[in-house]
Amino acid sequence: MSESSCTVYELKCPECKKGFGNVPLSACPDCLAPLEVQYDLDSVRGRFTKESVAAGPANIWRYKELLPIPEGHQPDLPVGFTPLVKADRLGKRIGATNLYVKNDAVCFPTLSFKDRVVAVALANAQHFGFDVVGCSSTGNLANSVAAQSTRLGLRACILVPSDLEPAKILNTQVYGAKLVRIEGNYDHVNRLCTLIADEYKWGFVNVNLRPYYAEGSKTVGYEIAEQLGWRLPDNIVCPMAGGSLIRKIKKAFAELVALGIVEDKPVKFFGAQATGCSPISHSVKNGWDDIEPQRPNTIARSLAIGNPADGPAASKMIQSTGGYAEDVSDVEIVSGIQELAETEGIFTETAGGVTTAVTAKLYADGRIGKDELTVSVITGNGLKTTDPLVGKFAEERAVKPRLAEFDAFLRESDASLITGVAEEEVELVGGTK
Amino acid sequence: MSIKVVLPTALARHTDGQKAFTSDAKNLPGLIAEFGEKFPALAENVKDENGKLRKFINVYVNDEDIRFLGGDGLEFADGDEIMLIPSIAGGLL
Repeated sequence: MSESSCTVYELKCPECKKGFGNVPLSACPDCLAPLEVQYDLDSVRGRFTKESVAAGPANIWRYKELLPIPEGHQPDLPVGFTPLVKADRLGKRIGATNLYVKNDAVCFPTLSFKDRVVAVALANAQHFGFDVVGCSSTGNLANSVAAQSTRLGLRACILVPSDLEPAKILNTQVYGAKLVRIEGNYDHVNRLCTLIADEYKWGFVNVNLRPYYAEGSKTVGYEIAEQLGWRLPDNIVCPMAGGSLIRKIKKAFAELVALGIVEDKPVKFFGAQATGCSPISHSVKNGWDDIEPQRPNTIARSLAIGNPADGPAASKMIQSTGGYAEDVSDVEIVSGIQELAETEGIFTETAGGVTTAVTAKLYADGRIGKDELTVSVITGNGLKTTDPLVGKFAEERAVKPRLAEFDAFLRESDASLITGVAEEEVELVGGTK
Repeated sequence: MSIKVVLPTALARHTDGQKAFTSDAKNLPGLIAEFGEKFPALAENVKDENGKLRKFINVYVNDEDIRFLGGDGLEFADGDEIMLIPSIAGGLL
């Protein structure tokens, strides 16, 4: 394994301030604090500009100057640069006039924001010389590691909780990855992966490659700022599992401000969790600077991390911005999925149902003002978690392929669809009466 | 009474490479105190300035997070396996 020759960024210990260069390491060997990538922003200044970004490809690599990518690495997967959608119809329903949805339900290649973090982590895995990569995952990360490792010619071994949604399991296996189901929840899986990374010397994207992996999340923040015309929103509403994404979006904003790319302004960060697994929202609501682990019990399995690694830091960060964290029940999550689909044509997974329902609640409770510029971050696609919607829609009888039959069916099931045509004309065309 | 203590590589460098050893500590505070006697470098490594276990370390007793079992107040039972693992969270920069 070799060290990167790049000097623009390196791993640093936030506690004892020691620097470690670029190595596959997650914790400081001396004080055990989790390491983080720190940039020498002065060396980036002048190379990262609105113009240089605009000239880049329409994917996350347009921000490569602020990503920990080894020198010489030529990324070829067009990950990210997902739509930022003005959500007027959803806004009308929940009392918002300036609401946007960041739609990572369509992120390439596996339809979740995890494609971003994996792209950065695997660039480093390759650079450090790992033959086998892996991860502990609640599903989306598994899908992404499986797909992207194949593309890079790396073998993958992926560990997931045994009760994961079938579509997420299939979406991992189809790429040829070795998938191991572990009896237990994500926290059990994660602990095992820490031991495996220690023993097997594999490149675990969210263990020994974690500092690099986490930086990939920043691209959500860069894109939001750029897609808003290089300005920051008033509020961000973000789902929280391990608590990393919400912090990295803030880091992205801070870097853009430091480089003079966007004007500084206070941005409030709001976290979204399922009530059945809400250690971070519980912490924020109580004003704590730590979290109390929980045993997850929710349909939002991708957010079901009872002992979130970045939980304490996320809780402190949210409180420091004047934001808040809220949680919603499983029933509200399903309603949130349907509401986003029915209003904006975006089919999100359960985590997006959490975020949408929490966003509605924050407006209803007056925590977000009606006219404030707010971005609700949707992180995954609904096709992977259809289970909670089974039985939600009536299975109607099949109709014979005749216009008269169709007309009769429509009149009995949803006559409101017959618009713009006079009743008599419908009867004439249908010829049923 | 005897318990088994398991450490990852990151901590075993303070125990002359021993990744597992037995102890007769009755609870977590007792185990940390024992570190001070047996492995002073390890004790230095895992404790904060207040003598408490650093917040970046998770402790598991037979596969369960000790915080679900009573934390410092949990009395270890004969044959328990105690595992110390550094947290893999992101930092605070």
